[in-house]
Amino acid sequence: MPSKTHVTATINGEEVEFLCEPHQSLLEVLRETLGLMGAKEGCNNGNCGSCNVILEGRLVNSCLVLAVEIQGKSVTTIEGIATPEGLHPLQQKFIEHAALQCGYCTPGFIVAAKALLDQNPNPSEHEVREWLAGNLCRCTGYDRIVKAVLDAADS
Amino acid sequence: MQSFDYATPKSAEEVATLLAGKNGEAQILAGGTDLLVQLREGRRQAKLVIDIKNIPELTQVTFDPQNGLRIGAAASCFQICSDPNVRQHYPGLVDAVRLIGGVQIQNRASVGGNLCNASPAADSIPALIVHEAVCHITGSNETRTLPVEEFCMAPGKNAMRPGEFLTSIGVPVPQGNFGASYLRFIPRSEMDIAVVGAGASVVLNAEGKQFVSARIALGAVAPTPLLASDAGAFLAGKAVTRENVREAAHRAQAIAQPITDLRGTAEHRRHLCAVLVERAVGKAIERAGGQYAQ
Repeated sequence: MPSKTHVTATINGEEVEFLCEPHQSLLEVLRETLGLMGAKEGCNNGNCGSCNVILEGRLVNSCLVLAVEIQGKSVTTIEGIATPEGLHPLQQKFIEHAALQCGYCTPGFIVAAKALLDQNPNPSEHEVREWLAGNLCRCTGYDRIVKAVLDAADS
Repeated sequence: MQSFDYATPKSAEEVATLLAGKNGEAQILAGGTDLLVQLREGRRQAKLVIDIKNIPELTQVTFDPQNGLRIGAAASCFQICSDPNVRQHYPGLVDAVRLIGGVQIQNRASVGGNLCNASPAADSIPALIVHEAVCHITGSNETRTLPVEEFCMAPGKNAMRPGEFLTSIGVPVPQGNFGASYLRFIPRSEMDIAVVGAGASVVLNAEGKQFVSARIALGAVAPTPLLASDAGAFLAGKAVTRENVREAAHRAQAIAQPITDLRGTAEHRRHLCAVLVERAVGKAIERAGGQYAQ
């Protein structure tokens, strides 16, 4: 059995240290070692986007990143999106538009949408739909999610 | 997932040494979008995973007007598609690479990995073939270069021997009035695997009315991506007409050996070959500044 590796990374702006085995995914370590339960395990193979996090400014599926790979890197999870002052506009608009039913996919959608708005603050509906193609929602039919993202971009 | 050791070598030589010491029980990790899924599902085994992303030579995309483009084996799709030189000189590659997965996959997946994974339906491979790309391979004792069309041997199997790994993909600078494109057919617009993919590149004469040369490649219609040599050779020296392009498309269609699976029937795939090749050549002509004779 390989020994545990010591990893230091910045997660949601704070320096974090943890021990993990090389085969553990970032998703597994976020949830089971660090107690950050916002990223969800859906497909565990890169199709559904419910485990989305932002790694070094780029949107990734945390199920397809090894936790050891984040040594020295910066990660933002859904827990790092709101501020002490209040919800992020995307979170607020998801509530206003009722852009969720069961809510399981929601953290992934919000993290993905944040990554979009960070690099394109005023996307078209087509750009939103194309960007969110890597996130699956089996309840809403996507329409409310797209409207919430467009509304958040406007605000 | 199965347990393994993890290494982050700092040079290609170190990778070769690690591979040689593991006798086929090591796997190279770039973006991980294929490898981690395969390890998790038990489709590949590893005692050691070698992460090559800390080696600048293997992660960079560089271009110079003499030697052309060099894509580090671990360079991500995002990195490749946002490179201004790639966008300017390699339109067929951009077409293909931006179709791979969604944003999350684009940010991690490498074209080197797409190639090594040797899927018959890999989008980047027909595009690399029409751009005349080559694979730069390193082993413990030697380096060698192989044209991309000779790299895939069977689904999931490439031409590398134990102890060898892909360091980069080289793509020559297009000459003359050059244009290229890649098209694929899928039932939805994103996040799917090609039912058929077709790449084309053309070089036209100064007036844009005659083909100097052409290359056509197909994906998802045989155990490996195919270079349709006869179809490309047919166009050389011919006038830029719809009839000639249609004939080339039929010649490309003739080498397809598609199967029927959940994505489509063999008959449908054969039909798509001709349609997609005709359209891909048409787009390449347009990008080369030419148009069909009236």
